[in-house]
Amino acid sequence: MSETAVVEEKEVKVESNLIPIFIMGKKYMVPDSLTIMKAMEYAGYKFIRGAGCRGGICGACATVYRKPGDYHIRVGLACQTVVEPDMYLTQLPFYPANRATYDWNELKGEAEEVYQAYPELFRCLACNACTKVCPMDVPVMDYIAAVKRGDLEKAAELSFDCIQCGLCATRCMGEMAQYHIAQMVRRIRGKFLTPHTDHIGKQVDAIADGFYEKFMDEVKALGTLDPFDQSNVSEGVAKLKELYKAREGEPHTTDETWRPQSDYALLGE
Amino acid sequence: MGYPEGLKELMKKVEATRPERVEQKKTGYEFPALSLEDRSKVLHTYHPDVKEEGRREIQIGPNKGYRICHEMVDLLEAKSRVEPDKVDLGKADYETDVLVIGGGGAGTAAALMAQEQGAKVIIATKLRHGDANTMMAEGGIQAATKGYKDSPYYHYLDIIGGGHFTNKPELVATLANEAPGVINWLLGLGCNFSKWEDGTLKTMHGGGTCRKRMHFAADITGAEMMRTVRDEARNRANDITVIEFSPAVELLLNDKGQCAGAVLYNMETAEYIIVKAKSVVMATGGSGRLHVQNFMTTNHYGATGDGIVMGYRAGVPVCFLHTIQYHPTGVIFPEQAEGILITEKFRGAGANLVNVDGNQFVFEREPRDIEASCIIRECTDRGMGVPTPTGKFGIWLDSPMLDVMYGEGYVKKEFPGKHILFSRFGIDIGKEPMLIYPTLHYQNGGLEFTSDGATPLKGLYLGGEVGGGTHGENRLMGNSLLDIMVYGRIAGTNAAKFALNDSQDGELTLDHVRKYHKELEDAGIEDARIAPMLLPDYTDEQVKSKQLTAKYEGTMR
Repeated sequence: MSETAVVEEKEVKVESNLIPIFIMGKKYMVPDSLTIMKAMEYAGYKFIRGAGCRGGICGACATVYRKPGDYHIRVGLACQTVVEPDMYLTQLPFYPANRATYDWNELKGEAEEVYQAYPELFRCLACNACTKVCPMDVPVMDYIAAVKRGDLEKAAELSFDCIQCGLCATRCMGEMAQYHIAQMVRRIRGKFLTPHTDHIGKQVDAIADGFYEKFMDEVKALGTLDPFDQSNVSEGVAKLKELYKAREGEPHTTDETWRPQSDYALLGE
Repeated sequence: MGYPEGLKELMKKVEATRPERVEQKKTGYEFPALSLEDRSKVLHTYHPDVKEEGRREIQIGPNKGYRICHEMVDLLEAKSRVEPDKVDLGKADYETDVLVIGGGGAGTAAALMAQEQGAKVIIATKLRHGDANTMMAEGGIQAATKGYKDSPYYHYLDIIGGGHFTNKPELVATLANEAPGVINWLLGLGCNFSKWEDGTLKTMHGGGTCRKRMHFAADITGAEMMRTVRDEARNRANDITVIEFSPAVELLLNDKGQCAGAVLYNMETAEYIIVKAKSVVMATGGSGRLHVQNFMTTNHYGATGDGIVMGYRAGVPVCFLHTIQYHPTGVIFPEQAEGILITEKFRGAGANLVNVDGNQFVFEREPRDIEASCIIRECTDRGMGVPTPTGKFGIWLDSPMLDVMYGEGYVKKEFPGKHILFSRFGIDIGKEPMLIYPTLHYQNGGLEFTSDGATPLKGLYLGGEVGGGTHGENRLMGNSLLDIMVYGRIAGTNAAKFALNDSQDGELTLDHVRKYHKELEDAGIEDARIAPMLLPDYTDEQVKSKQLTAKYEGTMR
């Protein structure tokens, strides 16, 4: 595609320079515009572990690095972090962490249940190393503190952006796996701590009771086009297209109080 | 960091035309939209789907003669990774009731449902459990949960219209009917969908919906769903075994003609693993990493269409693979963000698309396929693309004009996620435009299946993106997260019922592979291609030319 374009006269100087990086201590020269992930591939590495979504959300490519003359340990997702000269890096594609097994259907949604599953959370020394090491800027220590005082709602909210890369667990002096605790807490919040949704049960029951069956049968019976003979429009498909065009659109700007003019194929309040 | 000097220089042309473009907007003037005739012309000249040189006929197998993209045909016209004569099928490494291939949303939902039927389950997955496109879906999941203003009937109409009226009716009806039940199930598992104070689920529109029925969990809906179902699968580890970094490379049949397991490949030790199962669920997802026609992709690292290859070899036909969904605005530079989606909301708010000279060349709110085609035309035949340091061409999406029109800080406030993403690379999209190009997003087609999750091969079920027909020629936003849950659950349930009640034990065989190899030979296809691909190869050409790998098969040793 794009390589066929003709833009010689508009060509610009946008070359990247080669810089040294140290992958697990070994030096490679890589273009300075690349992410750590692409720089490693440029160097000849082929990922089996340590690469996932390549878009910053799956947590597979947690990486730690140091720069010369700087005692700080630095972290980043390999797919999101641009290389820097002389960085010493390694990926941490796996780190042992215990996850408690619990019977979801037996839970009552109480903080006590989290304490029983993960008693080690009280070993937190509030050193904040977990928060410092989080590549997503999740306030890990704060959500653990919230769990400790029984505020699961707050803990769920604070941990929501967690991608479960496990870096927090690598640095924890209390030796817990914070992200597993947060996962249990978020599920408890979702089921027990948010207001109940009335409309969904009604709709599920209506479908199970066959309320919509005749409407669905009616529209299914109209059929669809043969993808390889699309000029052949049956009477049914012509009718289907009419129904499609005649759909009443809910305006973008309305709130939950909007109701359609027509009550066709609707359950009602 | 930030845009390099060369691009900053080019950006001045965008800045030069911006005041006039903003003034025009204020007067209500819009760049003229294409007539239906012109739309058709640009679509049939530039959309990747209609490029005849981009595809060819499959020469063998159940869909012989079907014209689809070269990249997929290459995989179908390839040999197995397994030499049937060199595999010992006499002793299985694992035996189970249901084998689920794929550890994404569909596979995990299938495993949970199969387990609830009383089946022992193995999930075999290429990367880690949960490394899948499910995790990356931001937008939401459609479901007509509000009976006072919406119903499966209207959801059905939307899906069908979006698919150009080509979808398979029964698949669509099941998708729409099961949707509210899926949301309810996820809520019961503790999935955090966004709610109003009274418990009403928040819903919004997606492209092509007549009612606001897209449910979301902030802007990480897919990740929230994935981590919830994965967590529950881990609670049931006594019955659900997960084997990571061990993708299936071939289905196993038995002498009763049933699908009866798979050959897995431990990518870390290069050993094969035999799994004998009473039924199999295929849930391998899509194929964005094939980079059809060299397009970048929004997909995860392992999306290489393995399930299509394995199913097709075992005799399951494919459908709708002649269409692929391209999203018009993916990031093309900086390369760290390459392929990542830029939401349609920018164009909805009025941000212009401009070329290397800073001029508009298309109305910013054409339909997705038209918009993508016009961008491709500008960057190829017209030669007006913006050159990037990575040797590609893109188009400016003029986000700063939104700040000019609606007040400084608008972009940062309305698009926080994208603002942060670019700021990591030293770019303030409130002040500097983004460089975009169409990006490969979704495999509309796949293996044939029916609304009970069954394929024409006895004992083989499927769920999610690997199946074709539900979305016809074009999928609507919010229906893929729904698809994986609806058909993942159905496939898991029915695979377990089959395993526990109807399956027949028999001797394992790879005869279908022998037969397929013979067909390849008879058709004169002698290329040394090997499939499934498993992982894309991003090794630098210079490095590759010096690698001492004795036998380089596809991407593996």
